Amino acid sequence: MSDNHDKIYSTKFQDSMERKTLLMFLVIALAVAVGGIVEIVPLFYLPNTAMCATMAGNDPSCNKTQHKDASGKVIPMDKIIWNPATSAHKTLNDWQPGDGVRPYKALEMAGRAVYIREGCYLCHSQMIRPFRDEKDRYGHYSIAEESMYDHPFQWGSKRTGPDLARVGGKYSDDWHRLHLRYPRSVVQESVMPNYVWLENKPVDVAGTVQTLKVMTIVPFNAVPAKIYTAVYGDDYAGAAAELKGKTDMDALIAYLQGLGNHVKFEEGVNYRD
Amino acid sequence: MEGNSATPVKYDMEVVRWFTIAAAIYAVVGTLVGVIIAAQLAFPLMNFDLEWLTFGRLRPLHTNAVIFAFGGCVLFATGHYIVQRTGGTRLWSNKLAWFTFIGWNLIIVSAVVSFPMGWTQGKEYAELEWPIDLAIAVVWLVYGFNYIMTVGIRKTSHIYVSNWFTMAMIVMITYLHVFNSLAIPVSLTKSYSIYSGVQDAMVQWWYGHNAVGFFLTGGFLAIMYYFVPKQAGRPVFSYRLSVLHFWALAFGYVWLGGHHLQYTALPDWTGSLGAAVSLAMIIPSWGGAMNGMMTLSGAWDKLRTDYILRFLVVSLAFYAMSTFEGPVMSIKTVNALSHYTDWTIGHVHSGALGWVAMVSFGAIYHLIKKLWGVDKMYSDSLVNVHFWLATIGTVIYVVAMWVSGIMQGLMWRDYDEYGTLSYTFVESVSAMHPYYVMRMIGGLIFNIGTVIALFNIVMTVRTAASLRSTNAVAAHA
Repeated sequence: MSDNHDKIYSTKFQDSMERKTLLMFLVIALAVAVGGIVEIVPLFYLPNTAMCATMAGNDPSCNKTQHKDASGKVIPMDKIIWNPATSAHKTLNDWQPGDGVRPYKALEMAGRAVYIREGCYLCHSQMIRPFRDEKDRYGHYSIAEESMYDHPFQWGSKRTGPDLARVGGKYSDDWHRLHLRYPRSVVQESVMPNYVWLENKPVDVAGTVQTLKVMTIVPFNAVPAKIYTAVYGDDYAGAAAELKGKTDMDALIAYLQGLGNHVKFEEGVNYRD
Repeated sequence: MEGNSATPVKYDMEVVRWFTIAAAIYAVVGTLVGVIIAAQLAFPLMNFDLEWLTFGRLRPLHTNAVIFAFGGCVLFATGHYIVQRTGGTRLWSNKLAWFTFIGWNLIIVSAVVSFPMGWTQGKEYAELEWPIDLAIAVVWLVYGFNYIMTVGIRKTSHIYVSNWFTMAMIVMITYLHVFNSLAIPVSLTKSYSIYSGVQDAMVQWWYGHNAVGFFLTGGFLAIMYYFVPKQAGRPVFSYRLSVLHFWALAFGYVWLGGHHLQYTALPDWTGSLGAAVSLAMIIPSWGGAMNGMMTLSGAWDKLRTDYILRFLVVSLAFYAMSTFEGPVMSIKTVNALSHYTDWTIGHVHSGALGWVAMVSFGAIYHLIKKLWGVDKMYSDSLVNVHFWLATIGTVIYVVAMWVSGIMQGLMWRDYDEYGTLSYTFVESVSAMHPYYVMRMIGGLIFNIGTVIALFNIVMTVRTAASLRSTNAVAAHA
């Protein structure tokens, strides 16, 4: 073996990489970086990826939403993403379904934390695909803007249970309460765990208020702070007041009931262009 | 090359011994948690109405335990071993290797506490919260630095192929972990990703698929390229093929993440690009599998007597199968059916049980004999029993998930003659029950195999230790 150590069995470059640790290291570091850059970076500037850095919904110069209606005209962004300045409903509490994608309210935000804590995303997706059966079963396919305030995204990868992207309003609060407590009391064949402790746990008031504040400072798709301060006050005391006396069960139900009804989808429009 | 020099090299093997034993223990624990959560899906009673033990909290414990506790310790054991043996040198720093061992195990302990508590970032396979993420980054960089410095001080002229794969893993896992875990803390146990929606999804699956590509594939191919030739007593079949295998994988694997997001709210090109590169990856993957298998040419007869070699060869068969199945599932029309179903779970486990765990146990048995200086395991026939339990358990598991996955996909999209959906969702849930039981049994069989392995390993180590002390007494007399 040792007498062949100077022979080159592949190419000169490969051979020198195999001899020089630093060179090998650097070429590897470059080679493995390319694919990720090509696939990820464009999603931060291409249209219809719901990326508007820090000023989503409020900055008219930031039109990254270019869905076209049936006649080919670009649908104004504030039809898709709720903009308190142009909407008929000016505050988070006045917002109505169909006004466009809005940030989570305090109780919903607390519920979302419960959803993540309990690992709901491991069995339930929140991403409806553009197929006939999914439309019939769950509703209109999901679009990018609908999860723009989801830090982190909760699309999931498995449907051990059904998709929840548009579960809001499908069942009553009472049904949810019963179903979360004892799923098999309303759906006999369900394999979901009994979430019996949710109604005994008071919501984390301080943590949720802190979360609302953090959502206004995240670097990507932050909630414009005045949307929150307009309803909760500069000190967010209003949020704390709304959360007081509520349980994790109340919060989770509020979150679920708010899913999927933000955008008014128009017939015949291709939102996937 | 080893043993050629006049004075034999003294290696730092104590840390490798500890990593090897830890890996064998985590294999038992990780698959046991897997069996429990499989049981929960078949029998929801098994959630015991206790928040700390529900499926949603134990599932991350299972995935993290098998990937990062078991897989991680296997990679650290084999990595620290291979880099010394192929370089003919001791570790650059034995102390840093021990830091890696202690740090990694503390991280595992913190994971065992935090998942049942519900402390999670809510991103699959990256659930650990930010203080632990910081610890992972430190330990990983220390390991990577020590590894690359050890490659740097090697006595051999060329870097052996296993070390290329491990270096790629070290670099890529650093990129993935850092960029996917960027988050803003709300408290010590809670943080929120800086990305949202589409961007978060792409970053997450770039992470998720390349944790598979570089940790569970690249790292374990390093094992394959060292332990298969060693165990077979033959050189690697083709050097040129290994060069191609490596660079194609290092450059290509990174692109596959997009195929996890077919038909979602991402622009279509990301999924298509991911799928196209996925299909292209069949060629290097199969080239690599062939390279491993053909290393045995001329030594096939050893399979009759060498049970360790059986683990290694079957692992390559599963590697070849999974790297064919994966690209097929990434094709849009197939993905439309397979996504969101148990087929994905089946695919993951044919890779995780059939490839990763099998090649790991091949390496672990080989290491136990080398590190404790014994000719044979405490019981070779128990190695054989473990081999068959692992193989049969994996096959039962994977077949159950294939059937249930395809059935789910077909039931969800089925229409009756009136143009309405044939099945409600819950009908598909109850149709899964027999397959979920079958999956649990397959997993249990696999788990029993790991218990037998641990027993065999402990007995081998104890016998070796008592032999050594007897010899020491004899030498002093």
